[in-house]
Amino acid sequence: MKRYISLTILGIIGLILQSCGNQDSASKKSGAITSNAAERVYVAPGEHDEYYAFLSGGYSGNLTVYGLPSGRMLKEIPVFSQFPTNGYGYSEETAPMLNTSFGMVPWGDAHHPDISQTNGELDGRWIFINENNTPRIARISLETFETEEIIEIPHSAGNHSSAYVTENSEYIVAGTRFSIPYPQEDMAIDKMKGNFKGPLTFIAINDEGRMNIDFQLDMPGFNYDLSHPGRGDSHGWFFFTTYNTEEAHTMQEVNASQNDKDFIAAINWKKIQQYVKDGGGEEIEAKYAHNVFDHHTQTATSTIEKKVLRVDPRKVEDAVFFMPTPKSPHGCDVDPSGEYIVGNGKLSTNLTVHSFSKMLKAIENKDFDGDAYGIPILNFESTLAGTVKEGGLGPLHTEFDGKGNAYTTFFISSEVVKWNLKTFEVLDRQPSYYSVGHLMIPGGNSRKPFGKYMISLNKITKDRYLPTGPELEHSAQLFDISGDKMELLLDFPTHGEPHYAAGIPAEIIKSKSRKIYRLDENEHKYAAKQESETRMERDGNEVHIYLTTVRSHFSPDNLEGIKVGDKVYFHVTNLEQDFDVPHGFAMIGANTSELLIMPGQTKTIIWEPKREGVWPFYCTDFCSALHQEMQGYIRVSGKNANVPLKWTLDDEEIK
Amino acid sequence: MKQSGILMIIGSALLLGLFVFPLWNIQLEAPQYPDPLGMDIYIGGIQGEEEFDIQNIDGVNHYIGMKKIPTPSEMWEFNIFPIVIGIMAALGILLGILGYLKKINVNWFLGWFILMLVLGILGMIDFNTWLINYGTNLDPKAILKLTDAQGNPLSYKPPLFGSQKILNFTAHSYPRGGAYFMLLGMLCVLISWWTAKRVKN
Repeated sequence: MKRYISLTILGIIGLILQSCGNQDSASKKSGAITSNAAERVYVAPGEHDEYYAFLSGGYSGNLTVYGLPSGRMLKEIPVFSQFPTNGYGYSEETAPMLNTSFGMVPWGDAHHPDISQTNGELDGRWIFINENNTPRIARISLETFETEEIIEIPHSAGNHSSAYVTENSEYIVAGTRFSIPYPQEDMAIDKMKGNFKGPLTFIAINDEGRMNIDFQLDMPGFNYDLSHPGRGDSHGWFFFTTYNTEEAHTMQEVNASQNDKDFIAAINWKKIQQYVKDGGGEEIEAKYAHNVFDHHTQTATSTIEKKVLRVDPRKVEDAVFFMPTPKSPHGCDVDPSGEYIVGNGKLSTNLTVHSFSKMLKAIENKDFDGDAYGIPILNFESTLAGTVKEGGLGPLHTEFDGKGNAYTTFFISSEVVKWNLKTFEVLDRQPSYYSVGHLMIPGGNSRKPFGKYMISLNKITKDRYLPTGPELEHSAQLFDISGDKMELLLDFPTHGEPHYAAGIPAEIIKSKSRKIYRLDENEHKYAAKQESETRMERDGNEVHIYLTTVRSHFSPDNLEGIKVGDKVYFHVTNLEQDFDVPHGFAMIGANTSELLIMPGQTKTIIWEPKREGVWPFYCTDFCSALHQEMQGYIRVSGKNANVPLKWTLDDEEIK
Repeated sequence: MKQSGILMIIGSALLLGLFVFPLWNIQLEAPQYPDPLGMDIYIGGIQGEEEFDIQNIDGVNHYIGMKKIPTPSEMWEFNIFPIVIGIMAALGILLGILGYLKKINVNWFLGWFILMLVLGILGMIDFNTWLINYGTNLDPKAILKLTDAQGNPLSYKPPLFGSQKILNFTAHSYPRGGAYFMLLGMLCVLISWWTAKRVKN
């Protein structure tokens, strides 16, 4: 009997504790962490994560690679910014990647990564990411995890509504968030209204991934903020949110927030593609850099292109329409079926959902509510599928789980809200820490989302981690979304400011990841593929040194005949053909970064010796037990000295 | 005798598997090599299990002053073995045909078997001698010069058969497909002799 009583008491205490716990989860910032959360994000030592997540680095200019569900950072891929860690943007081979029509720009503001698709599903060939400040789009190979191509977008400013890929990777888009004169010209700023434009650029992707600007749409001077392609039935269309349809040129905070509704621009790119194929559009002057990294020569080349095809959208019948959307919409998200286009009105508590089929009907019935600069405005009511009411405050972005649910971030009320795509009913809400921007479900921007995890990418970090002074890295939160309710599992710090992210099941790309670069495929102009090919060559004051690395020595390792005032090119080839055996190269007094050279690669830095002496160089990567021994000496003689070029290894001349 | 002749032909022909499959395999496993480095030993030469394994084994071995893995032209065995195996297979098939036609005594089969056994044992002895030389005849300028408890230079000889720890590596040395073809072939020959003998008696 006593036992029963104590059991009952225990049960009651348990209930009390449980309800306290529930109250806590609502009020305390630790959130509703379920008891086995640790288990569900634990990836045992040596085990692999289930998903890759590619997080934009924001103002770091780069792309970071994470594993989910562990939240472990696997790599930082340099894209738009110089990266001294491996010499990207410093080495002779990669510096051209950062060339622009403005010259070399060593930094970028990376925003939205998107993975290539086939039939609306992630195919894992490439990942694209846009740069907002100096408008560009980069393509990164998911075999090498290296940036292979960067194309500058002419006539754009604030390339924010980018880099989203159509469902067969036909096009990737770039936009203009800060409307500008098109083409640029000197004019009074307050003459903006009607004179500024918001060009939208469609970049075709070929089978090798190569990007090429197909056409540029000459759109009214609104601010094109975000975009997404149609899919399924709406494949062939692209949707862009706009704000500042007021065309305010100053104090936009207030002046661009006056209209109750801005627009979502619906663009039938298939029609425009055909129009262009049939010779439509006019070629106009442009200046933009197109940088391509060739894996055979391992060298990037930068070409300045001079022309772009401008298309007046009014000249293509039934190609472009505006759908009125309340409250300065930010995210423009299309559900996996392609039927629903979500306009996240960022100054609102509601979400506006447009219906693609209703839109087609409205176009057919010419159900217009006037026009903007000759572009028909569809009647708001006639495209409206529904409204998600009182979702929260300040909706920004929506992703989908493929099971009929949508997940929207609310920046101001700092939460993620789950709602039903058919009923527009709110099903669940979870706080975010703090002020969430984008969220990401792997494949959430395709016909086939993998609705197991969701990460929220938060703009404010505050007290989430040990304090590290005033400047903090941004924070991400991992949720399990496989059940009815979202469950917070993990907090993890990120690098830079991840705007958007893209995720993909590891199985799709893991096995294709390269282990080495093949030495027999190295067509670098200055490669030395064996030690017998290493040498020095003088051409005036330029000296080219063909150097090799193998565990654990350089060949040659004693070099003489260099003079003060020479321009010395170190062309370093890593002869290794073994997985994960890079060698580094650093030269004292070189006004550049180190090199980190992967097996089979050749990389080059320049050194301009300023002082006579004997100067060491060394390997910066702990390559073997004899890493410390991996060094060499270079003798630097006076300007007018007569020391002949001499290169040796083990005191023997190399032949 | 007819059946035995056929079995003799099949048994000898199985030797030809040595031209397709490796005779032996040595794998080197270490913490840094979760995917072991491996070499397949064929009668005509040594190949890496993965494309660059030989190069990487040589790279690892240079620390202890081991010679590079020999190419076919650097070892006479790789020129002679294919000829010997070819001749033995041809001879066995010929004996099998003659046996089938009842032109010869069944003890020729046994003769072939004994010859093959002797050649096989000689081959193993030769292989072991090479392993000893490879594992002990080291470059005096080797980077790592290690000695055992008695102060003698360490031997890096991989085992002829079995697994053995050598410094940070564990070497696994085991027969592969070619060897099984050969053993099965020899077994066939022995059975063919034995059954023919029994029928005769």
